[in-house]
Amino acid sequence: MKKLKKWIKDNTYHHSQFWDLKKLVEAKEKQNLSISLCLPTLNEEKTVGKEIILFKSELQDRYPLIDEIAVIDSGSEDNTMEVAKSFGADVYLADEILPDLESKKGKGENLWKAIYQLKGDIIVYVDADISNIHPRFVYGLVAPLIYDKQAQYVKAFYDRPLAVSGDVRPSGGGRVTEILIRPLFSLFFPELTGIIQPLSGEYAVRRDVLEQIHFPIGYGVETSHLIDVYTKFGLDAFAQTDLDQRVHENKTTRALGKMSFGILQTFIKRAKALGIIEKISDFETILRQTQARDDIYEQVELEIVEEERPPMIEIEQYREKFNKVLD
Amino acid sequence: MKTKSFEDILESLPYLENSVKEQKEMLLANLVMMGEIPAPTFKEDERINFLIDRFKEADLQENSIDEVGNGIGVLKGDGGDENILVVAHADTVFDKKTDHTIQVQKDIVSGPGVADNSLGLSTVATLPTLLERLDIKLKNNLILMGATRSLGRGNLEGLRSFLSNYDQPIKAGVGLEGVELGRLSHTSIGMKRGEIHCQVPEEYNWSRFGNGSAILTLNEVINKINNIRLPQRPRTSIIMGSISGGSSFNTTALNATLRFEIRSESSEQVQSIHQNFEEIVSEVSSKSGDTIELDIFAQREPGGIPYTHPLVRNTRKILNKLDLEPRPGPSTSELSTFIDRDIPAVTLGLTEGDHIHEINESIKIEPMYKGIAQTIATLKAIDGGYCEEA
Repeated sequence: MKKLKKWIKDNTYHHSQFWDLKKLVEAKEKQNLSISLCLPTLNEEKTVGKEIILFKSELQDRYPLIDEIAVIDSGSEDNTMEVAKSFGADVYLADEILPDLESKKGKGENLWKAIYQLKGDIIVYVDADISNIHPRFVYGLVAPLIYDKQAQYVKAFYDRPLAVSGDVRPSGGGRVTEILIRPLFSLFFPELTGIIQPLSGEYAVRRDVLEQIHFPIGYGVETSHLIDVYTKFGLDAFAQTDLDQRVHENKTTRALGKMSFGILQTFIKRAKALGIIEKISDFETILRQTQARDDIYEQVELEIVEEERPPMIEIEQYREKFNKVLD
Repeated sequence: MKTKSFEDILESLPYLENSVKEQKEMLLANLVMMGEIPAPTFKEDERINFLIDRFKEADLQENSIDEVGNGIGVLKGDGGDENILVVAHADTVFDKKTDHTIQVQKDIVSGPGVADNSLGLSTVATLPTLLERLDIKLKNNLILMGATRSLGRGNLEGLRSFLSNYDQPIKAGVGLEGVELGRLSHTSIGMKRGEIHCQVPEEYNWSRFGNGSAILTLNEVINKINNIRLPQRPRTSIIMGSISGGSSFNTTALNATLRFEIRSESSEQVQSIHQNFEEIVSEVSSKSGDTIELDIFAQREPGGIPYTHPLVRNTRKILNKLDLEPRPGPSTSELSTFIDRDIPAVTLGLTEGDHIHEINESIKIEPMYKGIAQTIATLKAIDGGYCEEA
């Protein structure tokens, strides 16, 4: 796993490394890149306005980093679309993009249709329910794509700021990540365990990659992206950026159950298609978790071997004691 | 946009209001980013850093943080050598633990301190870029300032310190407050602000059964304050702003505190009531045997420029032209610091607001454009020399 350690070291950033927006815009313009921001929405009137204002003012008017801001809505029943329009975003109803196709409802649908509707060479997706929104949520993700031609897919993660005192701290994702995704990746795609928050809804991706991967409509979209990009382009296509903190509403355990069920379906579908379950003779027995020591992220490898005992009836002493016979 | 007379400034107001509206994302983005940085009095440094960053991004050549933490930027004039000072206080009444998340909806922005005074300060932060985008160049230097240590025990220390140390003459001052639009303060009332703190001994005293509470002692003080006769002229009032004390249902309160302000158009009245307070405190203390302290930590002298002063008159005309009803009430804000130094000054409100000093403090977005247009027009009027006494 030397490769993974090197990848974590080379491809993990902190948004503060990209504070110089003037320089970032110059680098973007030099490469003649265009960048689109997509905010997928469903009933987000309380938070979407603030996101648009900040991104438009700071990353369009002040520093022209993004070329278009688009809201793609799943059919909100509140004033999400009206609010978004009033603050100057381009607003689309997902059903009206590629209307000849069968209508589907889900966040993944909006993300997928954004590829058709938006013009950018890079599309950056940011959830619209973030209450502590800040321009770093966009520039932190697009900067690795601008500065590193090899990077194709940049994922957000959320940790504490760099300047903290020396203790080691767990640097994980949410409950679904730690309980479901990380164990699954440890078993089947150990290299993907280097991605600290595989389920974060914020990422920036090159169009050339987006147009070649599948988009589950529901909860599995992030997991499927990671597997597809990994199998098509390899680990080096990924980078990740620490955006400090993300404040949003906490989900109930029940909601997380729904989410996990959707993710499992996507995962099993991928695993079957890739034939990985059949191919693997012995399962991996190392669970890979991540932790941070100051600003260095590292893997913690835990050997977990699930040994088994046979049914008690197969034990001779047992049969003697209870006067039982083996069929 | 060139203006040759004060009438030109008035005529340009509808255009100005529309042009400000076109910059709404910048105004609101600065409001959100500024407002989400907590800034209780004496701890405004992060907010001031943000202000200075905005000044730097607007290429203000002179910008600095002074020894009391004020953030100051100078927008150099186009040839003139006088100085106009625009100030907004940087501190808010909310502590650092309060969730400072701001919500932006179609017509309103809400969150702690958004009206008092995140909007005022973010307007100061936005002015250099706004003036540039509107192609407005002033002849004289515009000093833009986020003042620290303004509220409560801060006692306007930020602006006082700046004016004590600034060695150039200031032609006029404009104070910006988030609310209320139409506010046109040009006078300061006399004021003393303080606390009365009662403390009873911790040991239980059976001879004072049922009466050993700091709350009861403070109640006695309050009753006596309430009996002070206040004159109708000069207008005088005692504001009992907040009260706190005790710790539970079933424990005698050992401490109780009253926060108050004495306000009057006459400094003699303020002084006389202050003396009354001292007498009450000493009388109740000697009767009850409890410790009672009177602590006055902020004061203002009454004064100001007259209603007919050209600065007030022309600002009134600007407000009228924008269909706003000028409300020329007195103030205890930064204005009194200008008055102490004989600098003509006004305080303006920028929009309409609600739930002031509550967690759900809110402001309306649409009236803000008039509020900022009024500010720019007033600055142009001062800059053009239309606000000086003959």
